Amino acid sequence: MELYKLTAHELIKKLKNKETSAQEILSSLTIRIKEIDSKVNGYVRRSKENMDSPLVRSENDSHSGTVPISVKDNICTEGLNTECCSKILGGFNPPYDATVIKKLKEAGMPIFGLKTNMDEFAFGSSTENSSFGPTHNPWNLECVPGGSSGGSAAVVSADEAIWALGSDTGGSIRQPAAFCGVVGLKPTYGRVSRYGLIAFASSLDQIGPITKDVEDCALLMNIISGYDPNDSTSSDTDVPDYAKALVNDVKGIKIGIPKEYFVQGLDPEVKSIIEEAINKLKTLGASSKEVSLPHTQYAVPVYYIIATAEASSNLARFDGVQYGFRSGGLTLIEMYKKTRQEGFGEEAKRRIILGAFSLSHGYYDAYYLRALKVRTLIKQDFDAVFKDFDCIITPTSPTAAFKIGEKVADPLKMYLSDIYTISVNLAGLPAVSIPCGFTKKGLPVGLQILAKPFNEEMLFRVAHTYEENSEWHKMKPKV
Amino acid sequence: MAIDKKTVEYVAHLARIELKSQELEKLSQQLQDILNFVDKLKEINIKDIAPTSHILPINNVLREDIPKDSLAPKDALINAPAQEGSFFVVPKVIE
Amino acid sequence: MEYEVVIGLEVHLHLNTKTKAFCGCKAEFGKEPNTQVCPVCLGFPGSLPVFNKTVLDYAIKAALALNCKVQEYTKFDRKNYFYPDLPKNYQISQYDLPLSKEGFLDIDLDGKNKRIGITRVHMEEDAGKLIHREKVSLVDFNRTGIPLLEIVSDPHLNSPQEAYEYLSTLKSTIQYLDVSDCDMEKGSLRCDANISLRKAGEKELGRKTELKNMNSFKAVKGALSFEIQRQEGLLDEGKNIVQETRLWDPGAQETAPMRAKEGAQDYRYFPEPDLPPLIISKEKIEEIRKTIPELPKQKFLRFIKDYGLSAYDAKILVASKKGADFAEECMREYRGSDKKMIVNWLIGPVSSEANAKNCAISDLKVAAKDLIELVGFIEKDEISNLSAKVVLTEMINSGLPALKIMKENNLIQISDAKALNAIIEEVIKENEKSVNDFKSGKEAALMFLVGQAMKKSAGKANPKTVKKMIKGRLANA
Repeated sequence: MELYKLTAHELIKKLKNKETSAQEILSSLTIRIKEIDSKVNGYVRRSKENMDSPLVRSENDSHSGTVPISVKDNICTEGLNTECCSKILGGFNPPYDATVIKKLKEAGMPIFGLKTNMDEFAFGSSTENSSFGPTHNPWNLECVPGGSSGGSAAVVSADEAIWALGSDTGGSIRQPAAFCGVVGLKPTYGRVSRYGLIAFASSLDQIGPITKDVEDCALLMNIISGYDPNDSTSSDTDVPDYAKALVNDVKGIKIGIPKEYFVQGLDPEVKSIIEEAINKLKTLGASSKEVSLPHTQYAVPVYYIIATAEASSNLARFDGVQYGFRSGGLTLIEMYKKTRQEGFGEEAKRRIILGAFSLSHGYYDAYYLRALKVRTLIKQDFDAVFKDFDCIITPTSPTAAFKIGEKVADPLKMYLSDIYTISVNLAGLPAVSIPCGFTKKGLPVGLQILAKPFNEEMLFRVAHTYEENSEWHKMKPKV
Repeated sequence: MAIDKKTVEYVAHLARIELKSQELEKLSQQLQDILNFVDKLKEINIKDIAPTSHILPINNVLREDIPKDSLAPKDALINAPAQEGSFFVVPKVIE
Repeated sequence: MEYEVVIGLEVHLHLNTKTKAFCGCKAEFGKEPNTQVCPVCLGFPGSLPVFNKTVLDYAIKAALALNCKVQEYTKFDRKNYFYPDLPKNYQISQYDLPLSKEGFLDIDLDGKNKRIGITRVHMEEDAGKLIHREKVSLVDFNRTGIPLLEIVSDPHLNSPQEAYEYLSTLKSTIQYLDVSDCDMEKGSLRCDANISLRKAGEKELGRKTELKNMNSFKAVKGALSFEIQRQEGLLDEGKNIVQETRLWDPGAQETAPMRAKEGAQDYRYFPEPDLPPLIISKEKIEEIRKTIPELPKQKFLRFIKDYGLSAYDAKILVASKKGADFAEECMREYRGSDKKMIVNWLIGPVSSEANAKNCAISDLKVAAKDLIELVGFIEKDEISNLSAKVVLTEMINSGLPALKIMKENNLIQISDAKALNAIIEEVIKENEKSVNDFKSGKEAALMFLVGQAMKKSAGKANPKTVKKMIKGRLANA
């Protein structure tokens, strides 16, 4: 029995029926990782960590009758290195758990002892910017898995993990989920605590699930959601039981289709796959209508101003004083400058400098403040549509996975690959990407569903209905 | 907006990042491309539009003034690149 | 040439909350290095700040006491700069929307009132402490994140003495609120100054220097005085003032430019995304306003009016709230005919004892009722002034009431006429010669008779009463 192939909810059932044990699940995963991760590179290989017997961290052994979860390298795990795949955080061993990790442990979920690969500090859309080398897409090893949570998406897709956590600042869960043919959800801003998530852009970041199907996604959201007194931006809005939202019924659901997402730049093959998926939902009882989100074209520039500005400040703390990498230097300023020169990768340096620029004297109003104002307009676009519609459906990405190296030399081109996911972060909305088909070359395509703030139930209802009536999520890559 | 190498150098100094001359060259060009793209925002009339720095309509998030345990000194310094006793150590700061 | 001196002060106060501004670490002074730290105040990656409610309450209280307009909407911003005592390399502070602005503080200059404008009062977090060694610096983050109040004055101060008075009044006002210790030695009150000179009558401000590293009010005065002389000298020679930060060197008694080059400061302020904004309701402001006690300035005026104090005495008595409350209890409850008597004792011996112990008069171990009793004995001539001072010291040391100490040390004077009469009669009978000498005009004989009576009373008789009685008795004889 290849346990690693199963979903979390299937394994939980087996564990309940005593058909398997936590140990068997772990051994099965370990064998699978040993077999294929050298090709995928979804997990981070630090010298101290042993790929043969990955440690599992659990609060309480009596609870370990459940399924281990794989965690992105930017979510703090006590006693387990958390380096954001950056040289500058090399060796960082947090003396605390992120709130989501605490919640998982309290729910009896063991934390898998290998962290998943990512773009350094979540700066990227391809998982090529990692100090541990790029992750490969399990569907085609020459392609990127998307990013920045490419490691998490790839290991779930390749059955090297049962389920995983990622983080999403501008699409970093949804886009890799789409590229790897798995389910990825970005919760409403404030739904899941950010405490212990190493910040990229504080006003945009959210932790979320990457899973093999929608049911696992709902189960994981049930565990990680909710108010956290340690995160002042977390919401005390009640958390419903998301499992109850898993109904196979979209009758009467009104879907908005934003015309600005179906324009030049969208791969025609992807376009037709998305249209087919929307038709499927319509045959199941939903209705759809074209809507307009007029400020869509401004989302990417707004995002790259706001996200990099916040990042430039959030990443100032990596200076070699208290933790991580320190370079030599006789004077303090030399130590700072060399540490950051050698410790950060190219993309990180680019974003920090861009961010510092848009906040600097004389440029603040023209760039940063203007971007905050346009952010208001983008949010208002969504508010208007959600007055009349239950959800919005778009492609997750304009293309399927691209080739490794294809965009890495052109940052602007790379930034534009997030064009469909970024607005959601700017507006603080929940959104999920689910598999909805394959290109002729055999690469997965993702369908993105958006809902009103704190209406994740709508996402689960529509996604679950689609999944129950399709087979895409059952497809497995041959690695 | 045009961004020159001097500005990039200045900002890199603010951000405490040393740039090799090659890096400076390349970065200045890339930042120029990005800013040209971002300049698209100038098309929009933003008069009377309030800026959004927090997307959630929440305010007054406060905690009670009740002490919690601090870290054990060994945990506070567990990751320190250099320490002396229970102090962190840095190259001499000149005031 | 005549110059006008223009000074503005920037004061930072530690609020005396139990915990730091954004985490639950204790905000105590003098602990072992890096023992009052947690992931939040160390700025460890992934940690997030949560604002302390009491910091807001205290800050509003202080702002109101400084007559500031507390803003309905306020927020935190990040001030970005690299320094090893700043773990995140940004300070959580307030920039364009501070907690409050446009206040004032009235100060007394030799009985004349001067109103000093307060530009703004805002909240921020403190940085850590650096200890410099020969080749390295050591960093202690215990102080990091302790809540600070920044109080910026308008450039309304025109002399070092005015700056000193402003600081003293500010300190006593804040101490009345019990929101800060205001202890410069512990660093819970720090002061930087901006100073410039302009030709008398000129409108435009001169180029200023910023003075730092002043560790006492006296140092502030000293640094400002030095800087006035220095700037005057330069201006007289037709030279320009360099706009710079200068450090006060208390040893050399002079200011010198900072060695580290600051360059242009570009703090890249932006709204702190980790902390939602604060909305302060009118109700909240009124609720806090009610907790503000009578402030030193008002108390000063009332003491003059209600108790007939001089401005000089009133200023001394209102310096600390506890001391003023103690003094007022004494003055109010004193039943003697001469209130001036208790005031003199409070200003005189009691204050000296307190100064010697470096505490407020209320911190001495003497209850108001016991001090009142002691002063009552003096007024009733039951103890001499000199003995009473000895008794006061003993009261402070032992905590015992005055009467007990007076009895144990035989310090009660016999002023009772009945008790003295018998002694005097005896003395007159036994010293016929001296009596006659006195009657014949030898004044010295009287002193001898008084001496004899004192001897008979074992020194307890009140010499003034005895003298009066003998004189009366012999005049009638």
